[in-house]
Amino acid sequence: MILYIEIFIMKNLLKYLKPYILLILIAIVFIVIQVQTDLALPGYLSEIINKGVILQDTDAILSVGLEMLGVALIGAVAAIIVSYIAARVSTGVARDVREGIYSKILSLSTKEINKFSTASLLTRSTNDIQQVQTVIFMFLRMVISAPIMGVGAIINAYENAPDMSWMIVVAVLTIFLIIVVVFIFAVPKFSKLQKLVDRLNRVSRENLTGLRVIRAFNTQEYEQEKFDVVNKDLVKLNLFINKMMVSLQPILFLIMNLLSIGIVWFGGHLLNESKLGIGDMFAFMQYAMQVVMSFLRLTMIIIFLTRSVVSLKRIGEILSIKNVIKDSKKPKKFKKEGEGNIEYRNVSFSYDNSEEAVIKNISFKANSGETTAFIGSTGSGKSTLINLLPRFYDVSSGVILLDGIDIKEVKQKDLRDRIGYVPQKGSLFSGTIRSNLLYGKENATDEDLISSTKTAQAYDFISEYEKKFDNPITQGGTNVSGGQKQRLSIARALIKEPDIYIFDDSFSALDMKTDQKLRKALSEKTKEATVLIVAQKIGTIMNADKIIVLDEGKIVGEGTHEELLKNCSVYKEIALSQLSEEELKIKREKS
Amino acid sequence: MEKGMKNKNTVSRKGPGAMMGGVVDKPKDFKGSMKSLIAYIKPYWNSIIFVMIFAIASTVFTIISPKILGNVTNDIVDDYIKIKAYEEIYKEIPEGTVLPEGTTGEFFLAQIPDSKKEDIPENMIDVLKELDLSVRPSIDFEDIGKTILMLIGLYLLSLLFNYIQGWIISGVSQKITYKLRKDISEKIHKLPLKYFDNKSIGDVMSRITNDVDMISQSLNQSLSQIITSITLVIGILIMMFSISWRLALVSMLVLPLSSAIVFLVVKKSQKFFKKQQKVLGSLNGHIEETYTGHILVKAFNKEENVKNIFKKDNVKLYKSGWKSQFLSGLLHPIIVFVGNIGYVAVAILGGWLSIKKIVNLGDIQAFLQYVNRFNQPLRQTATIANVLQATAASSERVFEFLKEGEEIEDSKDAIELKGVKGNISFKDVVFSYDGDTDVIESFSADIKAGQRVAIVGPTGAGKTTMVNLLMRFYDVKSGSILVDGIDIRDIKRSSLRKQFGMVLQDTWLFNGTIRENLKYGKKNVTDEKMFRATDITQVDHVIKSLPEGYDMVINEDADNLSQGEKQLLTIARAMLVNSPMLILDEATSSVDTRTEVLIQNAMDKLMEGRTSFVIAHRLSTIKNADLILVMKDGNIIEKGSHDELLEKNGFYAELYNSQFESV
Repeated sequence: MILYIEIFIMKNLLKYLKPYILLILIAIVFIVIQVQTDLALPGYLSEIINKGVILQDTDAILSVGLEMLGVALIGAVAAIIVSYIAARVSTGVARDVREGIYSKILSLSTKEINKFSTASLLTRSTNDIQQVQTVIFMFLRMVISAPIMGVGAIINAYENAPDMSWMIVVAVLTIFLIIVVVFIFAVPKFSKLQKLVDRLNRVSRENLTGLRVIRAFNTQEYEQEKFDVVNKDLVKLNLFINKMMVSLQPILFLIMNLLSIGIVWFGGHLLNESKLGIGDMFAFMQYAMQVVMSFLRLTMIIIFLTRSVVSLKRIGEILSIKNVIKDSKKPKKFKKEGEGNIEYRNVSFSYDNSEEAVIKNISFKANSGETTAFIGSTGSGKSTLINLLPRFYDVSSGVILLDGIDIKEVKQKDLRDRIGYVPQKGSLFSGTIRSNLLYGKENATDEDLISSTKTAQAYDFISEYEKKFDNPITQGGTNVSGGQKQRLSIARALIKEPDIYIFDDSFSALDMKTDQKLRKALSEKTKEATVLIVAQKIGTIMNADKIIVLDEGKIVGEGTHEELLKNCSVYKEIALSQLSEEELKIKREKS
Repeated sequence: MEKGMKNKNTVSRKGPGAMMGGVVDKPKDFKGSMKSLIAYIKPYWNSIIFVMIFAIASTVFTIISPKILGNVTNDIVDDYIKIKAYEEIYKEIPEGTVLPEGTTGEFFLAQIPDSKKEDIPENMIDVLKELDLSVRPSIDFEDIGKTILMLIGLYLLSLLFNYIQGWIISGVSQKITYKLRKDISEKIHKLPLKYFDNKSIGDVMSRITNDVDMISQSLNQSLSQIITSITLVIGILIMMFSISWRLALVSMLVLPLSSAIVFLVVKKSQKFFKKQQKVLGSLNGHIEETYTGHILVKAFNKEENVKNIFKKDNVKLYKSGWKSQFLSGLLHPIIVFVGNIGYVAVAILGGWLSIKKIVNLGDIQAFLQYVNRFNQPLRQTATIANVLQATAASSERVFEFLKEGEEIEDSKDAIELKGVKGNISFKDVVFSYDGDTDVIESFSADIKAGQRVAIVGPTGAGKTTMVNLLMRFYDVKSGSILVDGIDIRDIKRSSLRKQFGMVLQDTWLFNGTIRENLKYGKKNVTDEKMFRATDITQVDHVIKSLPEGYDMVINEDADNLSQGEKQLLTIARAMLVNSPMLILDEATSSVDTRTEVLIQNAMDKLMEGRTSFVIAHRLSTIKNADLILVMKDGNIIEKGSHDELLEKNGFYAELYNSQFESV
């Protein structure tokens, strides 16, 4: 099963290589050419020595030398072509995969997205893709050539001096053994290292986020000790790993040196018995080095690649998610003059099929021109309930009707075009105030902007900016306050002039006064629309046409504020926790 | 090693190009930051000198060993030529002929006609002249064996030196890393809170992790690499010149050529790397934004729009990406080819020189090896230069942090408070965050022990300013704050802060058990006292209903507790400290109604008999307060009791009444 999943994941990635198959094949041809020239070079060297130096033939040296240069040039050109193709293919695939994963993530429903953190999705779309690029580049540039080179060099070496080939085998085996041993020791330490680094990060983060508390409790020294313990552990482990790694390189050098000594010693004996030419011995030495080097390169690259497998898997994981929310194949259309009447009929929802339902068999109607409010403690499912309407999630059972049509049967785009959505956290995009507001309606006029921001109580602070609507908004909207963000989000939805408004706890960051003003202005603007409000504060919703009280995913009360105060204990409890009896009375009298 | 993605700056500063001559962060002041770094290395000067000695020694061994091996091959070649000559002659004379002892090649040469002599290479003739033809010459393995044994000894020594050097260097670099991290972590607690006002946590975090790691790595690798490379280049040059100055000059000719090519290519590819990093930054920003605003993109049907923006950047990234990738990939084959030119040039010249008997064969062999090795340190210098730049940039960030001005230390005769009653007075307090615009203008008030002060105002009105002043996170600009008549600036900070219990809106708990968290303010308090505190605040049964109760481990993000539970714990934590004065933040927006009642009760219990400052949101708290401070735009605009303020019919009255106006 796991194997199947892995194959499935890899298959999703491999298909991105398809358009480049021809280029890759051409690259392989040039890799072979390049390797051949690399392999030929020591031969030319031995020829220079055998025919030229020993026989004292200057002409031979020159002609063989020029030939050697010609071959080297061919090799260089081939390497450059390979490099070109590798660059094109690796960045090309990276581009395609990046786009693939981006579109995929955009297309996913909130339910699927919530399984990952934003940070994790981001890593997958950026750093992991970079890994893919590096892997492909290295693969084309080095991995393919290494075994070809190794095998070629072994054959050549064998042809030059078959009696000495065993030395190469011994050297390669020793190197292999050493690398394996080092990594058997090192790899578990690496994962331990990662854990320690995480721990260090955690302690530092705690220190930084808790500055005030730490100072208030005078526990600076305690915190420093805590940090010191991790710091010491980290240093100790790093030292161990470094010392192990430090030993690797000198040992490899030693083996290569011993190999050349061995070749000279045993080669000398063969020379003595006239079983070997002197040039052959030199050539053999070169080939032996080539074998060892290509082998070393291969091992190092494999070690590098095993690390990036994690990245590949992470990308594949996203690409192989099956979209849950899809448009129906024969979508229905809303009537042109739809009113915006909503009906939930026996709706249940659970995030995961195995988990307990968050929404349990809920039915209600919300009609155009009415305000329907939802209240309940955290975890009562009120936010989830209204997020089902724009199909951020799909109902597990039951049906949601808009103007009598099941929302699953229309195009998502058509559905969402009718909804003005204001999220819990007023999130903005980088750009200007204008560009954010135009999100709601691309061709909005200045009048539209002004009237909507006036309603959302945002116009005053906008006009205080020198650039007014063109005042920049930084990424994440960090240059405006939470309350301002919420007001801009509301204006953004208002500009859209939709049939239906969803306010998902969108007034929480406003102070009492602004909240009250805003709701007053809003009620004018949304007279014709269907309004759904989720709120924590009783004050925000007490004047709604209908209040639905939720508790643990079920409706426990439905009616107006007055009615609920009389016959819904949960509602009364909430109300009393926020306002005293006497205040409730005042409110009642005033309204 | 892969770093956890916990870091806020998701775009890694070390771009993919850092390895291969890519763009690296450039320090503003290379010299200055290097100087500070060297100051940290100074205590280990002795070790560094040791490292240098070992590095130089082991490099010298690597340099002379090809020469020695060359001598061995020289001997072998000499003997081999004799064998060849002997065999050639025996081919000419009839089989079975026994030559008398002492018959030299000279005698033989005299026998053959001149025409045939011309076919024999010149060096062969010289060898022949002295060759004793009576015995078959053979290679002298005894001498060779000795030299080879010596060589093996050298290699082993070189290995040992190399290893010792690496061993010392890892020790030193880890010690420096440890010290740097320790200093940074201590610095965090010494900096005034003001510093963190405009710094993100991610920024400081990346100084502790990324930057210190960068320094550590480069100390570990570059230090010995620099020494080795320099020694190698110098040593190889000496050896090359000692073998043959002519050959050395020829191979040197290649140098300017390859460095010019490297320079050109790197310059060109840097341009694209920079472009790539820039596009990557904007692309990553766009991706991050659309992921966090995923729901909005959907709600407003903007998938196609954001995809189009993405595609534009993605294509740009591809264009600059493949160019920079290709250009940096170009470097290697070109350098190798230039190296080959040098190689062939040396072979040709070497052959000619050996014919002229100026250089012998073994030397050429050794020389060719040097030519090969010469290219390696040269290629390394480009990498090292980049690493050094990145290191300087990192140390600049680290030392910039370490050199920040610290909180003014307590004066020597600062007072340790004892038996505080809890009277607090503000006398003409003026305060400003930036030194220019006064946030609080001349505020005075007397608060008696046990009284309750409510701070109210709209969001962003600067209600935490009072907390900052009371706790001396910030100092007043003029005027004074007195606790029991003593100016708080004359009190030890630690002593002052001990007098305040604090329950803030951001409920800071650390990764540890609930018990550890509760006892945070008083480490060695008994469990009985802890239980009493949780009992009074009625938090006890909440904790007991959690899995594992008091021993439940709060995880890293503290998300295995609800916001309300966290708030309750911080209240109990403050209760346990039992300080005479309190600072509370009432905000409970993300807490469900039942927990809110619990929190309310706990806070009320906590406030009993203590002078309390409450950032208030609930009307009941506000109405029952002895003093209400109304804040707006950072300033205290009104003060008085509920009734007084309503009578005044000012901002407070407006605020209060807006609650009850109907929509």
